[in-house]
Amino acid sequence: MNTPRKTWHPYVSPFDPCKPITVKTYSTPPNLYMGFQPPGLEQFTPMQALRTGTLWKAFYDPWYSPYEKAREGQQP
Amino acid sequence: MWVYEKKLQYPVRVSSCNPKLAKFLIEQYGGADGELAAALRYLNQRYSIPDKVIGLLTDIGTEEFAHLEMIATMVYKLTKDATPDQMKAAGLDAHYANHDNALFYHNAGGVPWTATYIQAKGDPIADLYEDIAAEEKARATYQWIINMSDDPDLNDGLRFLREREIIHSQRFREAVEILKEERDKKKFF
Repeated sequence: MNTPRKTWHPYVSPFDPCKPITVKTYSTPPNLYMGFQPPGLEQFTPMQALRTGTLWKAFYDPWYSPYEKAREGQQP
Repeated sequence: MWVYEKKLQYPVRVSSCNPKLAKFLIEQYGGADGELAAALRYLNQRYSIPDKVIGLLTDIGTEEFAHLEMIATMVYKLTKDATPDQMKAAGLDAHYANHDNALFYHNAGGVPWTATYIQAKGDPIADLYEDIAAEEKARATYQWIINMSDDPDLNDGLRFLREREIIHSQRFREAVEILKEERDKKKFF
């Protein structure tokens, strides 16, 4: 299973004017890894699919702001 | 032709009066990677692309208009009752001077929408790769707007729209695979 977020560590100068952010993250959603969608993937129920924006569980990758982080990973 | 259904693709709720969010959201309305640019790009590319993927461009282009309508609703709700003072405080003074509380196709910086945002190169692979890039850029834009927004109801709708960008990107990637024609037909359907 691929992870939906990756991190990297930008260079930190001793002379940075602002408090350095040592870890930066970026999004790598599931579509990057899927290729052609294989048959028989697990589906959401119709109501869940309408809420999440996709019928396919494998493509569900919600984004929460860092201020809502506690909710990340919650199921629909 | 189109058939219009008088409802939004996903319900739009806005819980706090924060016209500043409208200034960010307008990026997805009339920005380079916004929904208007997406819809016009895909629907226009349909004519000169192999038949196998025309339907995909029609479907996704149409859905982008449904997204445009959701963004419009969000912006409208955030600004419809804003006084000139509130518009000023939200950094929308230049917008107000020109448009009152009306919506307009420009980006978050106030630059009006232009057809130079989109391309139809006539080469199917070049066009589909542009479409994939457009979806990823729109996905990223939604991430940055969600990061700046503290309105949970609004973020709910934005998260739905971001998920749709992921699915659209996936389908465009599959369209490229279809046009490549070399994929292993035993392994995939």
